[in-house]
Amino acid sequence: MGAYIVRRLVAMVLMLIALSMIVFLIFNALPADPARLTCGKSCSPQIIEANRHRLGLDKPLVNQYSEFVTGIFVGRTYGSGTATFDCHVPCLGYSFRRGEQVTDLLWNRFPVTGQLALGGFILWIVAGVSSGIVAALRRGKWQDRAIMGFSLIGYSFPSFFIGLLLVFFIQIKWALIGFDGYVPLYEDPVGWFKGFILPWTSLALISAAFYARLTRNQMLETLGEDYIRTARSKGLRERTVIGKHALRAGLTPIVTAAGLDLATLLGGAVITERIFNLNGIGNLAIGSVLDSDLPVITGTVLLAATFVIVANLVVDILYAVIDPRVRLT
Amino acid sequence: MSEAFLDVRDLRVQFPTEDGVVSAVDGVDFSVEKGKTLAIVGESGSGKSVTAQAIMGLINRKSAKMTGEVYLDGEELVGARPEQVRSLRGKRMAMIFQDPLSSLHPFYTIGKQLAEAVLVHQKVSKQEALGQARDMLARVGIPNPERRIKDYPHNLSGGMRQRVMIAMALLNSPEMLIADEPTTALDVTVQAQIIELLNDLQSEFGTAIVLITHDLGVVADMADDVVVMYGGRVVERGAVEDIYYRPEMPYTWGLLGSVPRMDTDRGERLEPIPGQPPSLIRLPTGCVFRPRCPYHELVPGNRCDTDRPALDAVTPEHSVRCHLEPAQRREIASERLAARGGDVLGGGAGGDGLGATRTATATMAAPVQTEQATTTTPPTPVPADQPTQEDQQ
Amino acid sequence: MTVVDETGASAVLRRDDALLRVDRVQKYFPINGGGILKRNVGDVKAVESISFDIVPGETLGIVGESGCGKSTAGRTIMKLLDPTDGKIEFEGRDITNLTRKEMVPLRREMQMIFQDPYSSLNPRHTVGAIISAPFKVQGVKPARGVQAEVQDLMARVGLNPEHYNRYPNEFSGGQRQRIGIARAIALRPKLIVCDEPVSALDVSIQAQVVNLLEDLQDEFRLAYVFIAHDLSVVRHISDRIAVMYLGRIMEIADAEQIYEGPLHPYTHALTSAVPLPDPNAERKRERILLKGDLPSPINPPSGCVFRTRCPKAQTKCAEEIPLLRELAPGHFGACHFPEEKTALIRG
Repeated sequence: MGAYIVRRLVAMVLMLIALSMIVFLIFNALPADPARLTCGKSCSPQIIEANRHRLGLDKPLVNQYSEFVTGIFVGRTYGSGTATFDCHVPCLGYSFRRGEQVTDLLWNRFPVTGQLALGGFILWIVAGVSSGIVAALRRGKWQDRAIMGFSLIGYSFPSFFIGLLLVFFIQIKWALIGFDGYVPLYEDPVGWFKGFILPWTSLALISAAFYARLTRNQMLETLGEDYIRTARSKGLRERTVIGKHALRAGLTPIVTAAGLDLATLLGGAVITERIFNLNGIGNLAIGSVLDSDLPVITGTVLLAATFVIVANLVVDILYAVIDPRVRLT
Repeated sequence: MSEAFLDVRDLRVQFPTEDGVVSAVDGVDFSVEKGKTLAIVGESGSGKSVTAQAIMGLINRKSAKMTGEVYLDGEELVGARPEQVRSLRGKRMAMIFQDPLSSLHPFYTIGKQLAEAVLVHQKVSKQEALGQARDMLARVGIPNPERRIKDYPHNLSGGMRQRVMIAMALLNSPEMLIADEPTTALDVTVQAQIIELLNDLQSEFGTAIVLITHDLGVVADMADDVVVMYGGRVVERGAVEDIYYRPEMPYTWGLLGSVPRMDTDRGERLEPIPGQPPSLIRLPTGCVFRPRCPYHELVPGNRCDTDRPALDAVTPEHSVRCHLEPAQRREIASERLAARGGDVLGGGAGGDGLGATRTATATMAAPVQTEQATTTTPPTPVPADQPTQEDQQ
Repeated sequence: MTVVDETGASAVLRRDDALLRVDRVQKYFPINGGGILKRNVGDVKAVESISFDIVPGETLGIVGESGCGKSTAGRTIMKLLDPTDGKIEFEGRDITNLTRKEMVPLRREMQMIFQDPYSSLNPRHTVGAIISAPFKVQGVKPARGVQAEVQDLMARVGLNPEHYNRYPNEFSGGQRQRIGIARAIALRPKLIVCDEPVSALDVSIQAQVVNLLEDLQDEFRLAYVFIAHDLSVVRHISDRIAVMYLGRIMEIADAEQIYEGPLHPYTHALTSAVPLPDPNAERKRERILLKGDLPSPINPPSGCVFRTRCPKAQTKCAEEIPLLRELAPGHFGACHFPEEKTALIRG
């Protein structure tokens, strides 16, 4: 187990290095000239060249990359003489457009995304898994058909559509909730909840639909297993058969899917953040793409990738903890 | 028959499906006494496993229709409340299954799964339940039960897993054990161990065993009585000697003729049953075995196509569901058994049989020849208790 | 390379007219262990130096319990797996190191039938396409056209030729096995390796397929390697039987001898464990019950691999690997202390 984790961590670091290289290469292959983007419309070639030099963009690619990597571990300083910007550890670059270093940007935006993701995740897991279990236990009955019907509808709508519907009806037409936006929990718990309830719902609906189907299928498969028959033949109560024997086995694969989904979300819920105007990582990523703010793009990509890679490892370890047959070697 | 511990009467189980109603069990009767083993023999689709699950109350009543009566020590189960049947499951009747690996929960330790079976039926502490689990594991021949209760099913070998299943079934000292293909997934040397274990436990606890299997060797080794099932019906029923030495149903002949034997001449051809097993959705109206039966032409008036034969008693213990005349049946049976070699026969039914060796195809293709013979040479019935094998030693 | 004759191969391989000669063939599967670098930490010794030969028209049964390596042996003979060591000769030609491509022409001569009639047929191909595949692969054009030839084959194995365009799922297990057999005999091979061909079938269907295999053997003078765990079936169909245990051959003899007078204690235990479909005989029979479980094929016991469960094991058995030697004419056993040649109680 220990050796396994060490091996996976090494692989993880290698993967991140490879990824950062790829992002770095794409960054440089893009038609946008980062130096050109550092100043406004009326820019003279001299200023551009000066900025290019300040950013180190005139150096060979290999040096640029090594400086980028060094920046992550020891920080770096852009420019020389008086006009310098300190980029502290971990430095993923500096956004001249926003006048902030990328790590700070990510750090400031992350709480919103984190709360959005976690809240939506809890909502959809609870709603999706429980309705999936109900559908499986009432297979063929009206409850099953209703849940599966709803989930099909939810599943087939694009996520922005549900978000927009919620905004239109609940915020605009019926004015049930105002446009207060994000308020930190410690300042105003009610306002915080009001600000998040619609994004959570919009995020959860579609995934809940997916999880309802997944859970139902898993449960039905598990209920057909021989060991469920054994549990019944022991004379266990149906409650125990379902609650103890079927759920444990049936929900194990859900853990995998859920872990990866949460990780993806933590990397930024682009559409939901956009619709509900939440200043999270997703909104930051979209903004930086529209502005061709390359350091920020690199930062968001690396952050999202790190979440997914870490989640993969966590899920694999979790699987081995749940299922004694899985041996991590 | 009044002392029967399990008494099944006209049991029927139907599953509605998109293609039509599947009659998995179509009127099954039998009974088992304590300390005795009844084998239900049949091939896939014969309804033998569904019968077992119906007795145990493991058929989902919402998706299947179940009628008839099942008496466990006088208590009727088909009409009983599910909770009532549940409280008997694992306590007075227990079951073991074909594949012990898939039948044990992969995520729980052996000890936990065993203790659970104790705790649901007895008011004891967890410690006490685990203690009982350990003792029972030791009783079924698992070395180091202390350590084993902490193991997961996948840590054990196939034979050990089946021993665990048996231990689990016996924890609450049930009076009846249903064993559904208990050795089919096991190697032959392990099978021998498990059979010996079951036989030992039976003589120790006086358990009634219902053995469900397709393996005629295992039946011969364990059973006192045999029920032969085909297409959801009992086609022949009798003491084990009746079925092996005086079978009267063409399907039983076919089964016996299909198995190669270790102890007879190798050169003989097997006598398979022609054709394929029936679909349980559109069962033939008359005899279920009619489409594969080489002898139906011997029955006048197409009765095999139109009339469902009744389960008629040949002797009080031996019944058969066939339109052939009893004398005709005995004639054909003695010929076919003779063709299989002398030592298959019980006592005087056919000498050493080698002279009478005929190929299967001849027997199967020309059954009409035997029609006249039936009136001229009635075979001598053999008493069940007659020693039969000494001359073979 | 020089192979030490540590299993008595030279004693077994004596027939000059052998169609197939398997000489000390070995198949190991490497295991990659834990640790950070996942080095090879050992091998699963699935087949450990087995030797036998088959003449045309003969059936060699390979019997043994799960984990004895019989299926791996079958696949290695067919070169579906590459042997780790040893030599395989077909019609006198060394095929041990032939590549997959070089093996293609030889597939006309040697075919295989598998256990599971459900997974060994492509569900998306019609029966006609499945049975005619060998013609296509080998570029053979039957004189009367492929379809007529395939329909003949179907009729020959007991399928309705009109079902040419049906799909495998429309057939029962027994019929599917017939499809597999038709495919195997399409090119009139000389050798068919049958890997548990009847284990998945019902008893009555099993007998149909066994009879079919016997008929085809007579008709085409086929040689079979018949691999199965069911000793009764193997004994019924085989001329000679090799009994395997933990990757090694314990005993090879004529089919009659294996049951009548097994010389290896393992064979003896195995045959005594098979229940006879005869209640009176069963009541009188005595079983040799083996203790314990199969040892790991990664670390097999020293000396004789069976010694840990053998009722007759002595110190010599742990120290010295018993050679396969001729204990009676044509009867080979790998045992230091073979059984007395006494006939088993019949019934």
